[in-house]
Formats: sequence, C-alpha cells, structure tokens
Amino acid sequence: MLEQLPAVTALYQVDAANPQRRQRAIADVVMGMARWRLAVALAWLDIRNRYRGSVLGPFWLTLSTGVMLLGIGITYSALFRLTLVEYLPHLAVSLVVWNFISQMVTEATTSFVQSEAIIRQMPLPYTIHALRCMLRNALIGAHNLPLIALVFLVCGTWPGWEVLLVIPGLMLIAINGFALALLLGMVCARFRDIGPIVGSIMQLFFFLTPIIWKPQLLGEWAALLPLNPFYSILETVRGPLIDGGGALIAWVAAFAYTIINVVLAAAFLVRFRSRVAFWV
Amino acid sequence: MALIEAHGLCLDFPYYHLGARSLKKRLLGNARLHTDPSNRVVVTALRDLSFTIRDGERVALIGHNGAGKTTLLRMLAGVYEPVAGRLTVAGSIGAMIDVSAGVDAESTGRQNVRLRCLYRGMEEAETAALTAEVEAFADLGEFFDVPIRTYSAGMGVRLAFAMATAMQPEVLLMDEWFLAGDAGFLAKAEERLTRLVTGADIMVVATHDTSVVRRWCTRAIRLEGGVITGDGTVDEVLGPVEA
Repeated sequence: MLEQLPAVTALYQVDAANPQRRQRAIADVVMGMARWRLAVALAWLDIRNRYRGSVLGPFWLTLSTGVMLLGIGITYSALFRLTLVEYLPHLAVSLVVWNFISQMVTEATTSFVQSEAIIRQMPLPYTIHALRCMLRNALIGAHNLPLIALVFLVCGTWPGWEVLLVIPGLMLIAINGFALALLLGMVCARFRDIGPIVGSIMQLFFFLTPIIWKPQLLGEWAALLPLNPFYSILETVRGPLIDGGGALIAWVAAFAYTIINVVLAAAFLVRFRSRVAFWV
Repeated sequence: MALIEAHGLCLDFPYYHLGARSLKKRLLGNARLHTDPSNRVVVTALRDLSFTIRDGERVALIGHNGAGKTTLLRMLAGVYEPVAGRLTVAGSIGAMIDVSAGVDAESTGRQNVRLRCLYRGMEEAETAALTAEVEAFADLGEFFDVPIRTYSAGMGVRLAFAMATAMQPEVLLMDEWFLAGDAGFLAKAEERLTRLVTGADIMVVATHDTSVVRRWCTRAIRLEGGVITGDGTVDEVLGPVEA
C-alpha cells in the first residue's frame, strides 16, 4: 500500500495488529533527546514559576539545608563524640546529595501527570517529560553545591585528584533520575496511590542510609550496606569528595542498580508507552 | 498530497477514575475471585471505523456530545493509539484541539510564542518569523511583553488564536470553536482562518454546529456512540438546507 502514497513531508502510521512497540519506544527516546532544548526550557520555566515572587528563589533551599546542616552537625557530632571538623564534611556531602536524590525520586512520580494537558493535545515524545523532570531537579539540586564548598573551606578538607570521580557519580544519579522519571511517572499515572507510598519509602531510607551517621558506626554490618541502592549511589559522589574515591563494592553495586533501573524503565516504556495518554 | 486512511479503528477508553484506579481496589478486586477479572470501567469510544479522506476534502465529524468526535481527532493527531485497526496519515499534521495546553500564564506573550515554537520543534529562524507574525496579528502592543496572566479574556483569545493559526499544515485537525461564532471576532481572523482551511490539503473538524458544516465542509461523517452512521456529502448526511 505504501508505494501508492504520494510524496509528503510526514507520514504517521500505526497498526494495532503490528504495534512495533520496540521501534516506537526507541524513536521516542531518540526524538526526545534530540529535542532537549524544549526539555531545558520547560525545566527552567518550572523553576521560575515555583519560586515566582520569592526574593531568594531556589536559594531558600540552600538556606534551609544550611540551617539543617548546622543543627544536625552540632547535635550529632556531640552524640557521636566526633569533632565538628571530622563530622561536618561527611554530613554536608551526604545531606546535599541525599536531598538531590530524594527530590528526583519524589518528583519522578508526577513526571507525566504534571504534563497531562500537553500530552492530550499533541503527540510529543514521552522522553521529553521525563527529561524535563530530571533537569529541573538537577538545576535545583545544584543550588546546594556552594554549601559543600563552604563546609570544606571552613573545615579545611581538600579532596585529592580522585575528586574527578564525582563526574561519573553525578552522571549515574542523572541517568537514574531520568529512568525513574519514566518508570515511576508511568506507574504513578496509572496507580495514583504509589506516589504517597514512594514518599514514605524515601523517608524511611533517609534513616536507613548513612547520611546522619557514618557507615563505620555499623561495624561488621557495614558489609550489608551495598544492598541499599541509595547508599551505593550516594557513595559514588560522597566517596570521591571525602573518602578517597569510595569503596569499589559501592561503585559496582551502583552500576548494577543503574542497569536494573534502566532496563526496567525501558521495558515499561516499550510495553506501556501507548497507554500513558489514557492514564494521565 | 495528503491522505488519511483508517481501517477498522477501535478504541476502548478506560475510565480509571470511576473507581478501578486505585491500587487498593485492584488488589482487593483480584482477591474477589474472577467476579470481574479486569475490574475496570471501559467505554468503547470508537468502534470499527473505516474511511479514507483524500486530498482536497474538508470533512466535518458530527454527532452529539460523547459520540467520539474529539477522541477521533486525537487519534488522527497521534495522541491516542488505536487498540485495533490501522491508521495512516500522510502529510504534516496540525492539531488545534486544546489551544490552551502548553501555555504558561507566568510568561509573556513573546515567551509563550517561543515556547510554542519549541513544542512544535521549529528552528531559530522559523521561530523569529513566527514571533513577528503573531505579534503583528494579535496586535497586543506593549502587552506582548507582559505575562499573559494579566491579559483580559479578549487579549488571551487573540494571542491563542494567533499562535494556533500561525501554521500551514497539510492535514488540519480542529475542534469546533475556531470556526464557530466567537472566532469571527475580527475580519482579519476570518481571512486568516479561510487561508488556513483552504491552504490545508485535508481538514477534519469536529463540530455539532450545522452552519459550520455547511459553510466550510465538503463532506460529513456522522458518529453515534463511536460508530459511523453516515458518511457522504454534507447534504446527504445533514439533509437538504431547510427553507
């Protein structure tokens, strides 16, 4: 039938008997990535609108993280009988990176529901909405980075050359954030109860993950820490900054969790992409 | 040359929010041993639609509310994929279904035009040309650089209309308000619509306003409960003009 079609600028074809789910999912990701400028513009708008009219804008987050650092730092360094200089760099890096990860996971649950109107109006690649969600949180999270520099300056901690490993570490977080925005975005569009569940789980993991406490405090139980995906991912950024690169086992685990996450997201995208428009 | 070819299109529209949506109900529902295995409310929105629309045809989709007109438009636009059947749309598609979607109230008119261009995937040069065109047509003066949250209703309509119509697709899909009453708010809007409609190779408009159908369309397809119950020239489907 195709050969009798005239020359046209565009061709849209869909056949329910031959849904070509995999090709369409791949095209979704490729075309979505190619239109990153739209995702950046939307992420930027989200931030601007969220903090409209506020004097400090996203720096409110920096301020509140700073206050939290100081409060927890003083109290828990006394509790753990550590000097502030020993404790604060660990806490600063952990808290900032945790906030970043936790925001990404929480907002991943609304990546598609938030864009409901536009999803029903025009067929955009779903990748764009996930990318928008990830980029927005990356930009917001970056506002906390000066805190780490400040704490390092005050405490006189200077990481060595292994600090360059934060680059792959941050990339792992970004990839996971994007994959989760696709995966949780789809699941939570379909089942609206999962969003609040994710919120509670993140709260639980805040205490299960060595953020306030140092991993060494676990003694021999510390060997089990890589079972916690958040610890592993966190360690790929914290390790290079304060631990001379981080444990190899944490890096291996972080890569493994990332692969699982990406494979799951890809499988869901292939299987359910065409259903998202009905779910949002 | 454009073409729309539909063969046996079906669409079930699940209504999750009618109670089947929550995880709790899903889990509990499955425990209730096969009384209702799928346990979701499904409305058959479109059933076995087959039609071919060729170059030069301007088609009205008519029918009551809930007959499936807008759903069919969305399917032609590529938003909903059919659960059965085959659809081919050859030609660049321009959809004017929900014009307020993707508008950011906190941004200025100019920023919104840029945003719309990004949504449509346009290049920098096209964006500049389109911005100039919309600015001239919407005629908002200095309000073009003010957040549209502050616009009066009329100014909002002018900008939305200018943005939506600033394209020349080969296949034009639109919901009725563009052609009905209000859109004729200015002589130049009329002229612009005419250019858009006649410039497109194919137009499909969803409407239940017979005057719109008689004025703009060459063919009508009547939908009732998601099924085609009439397809032919306007006079065939609507009956001759009443005296």
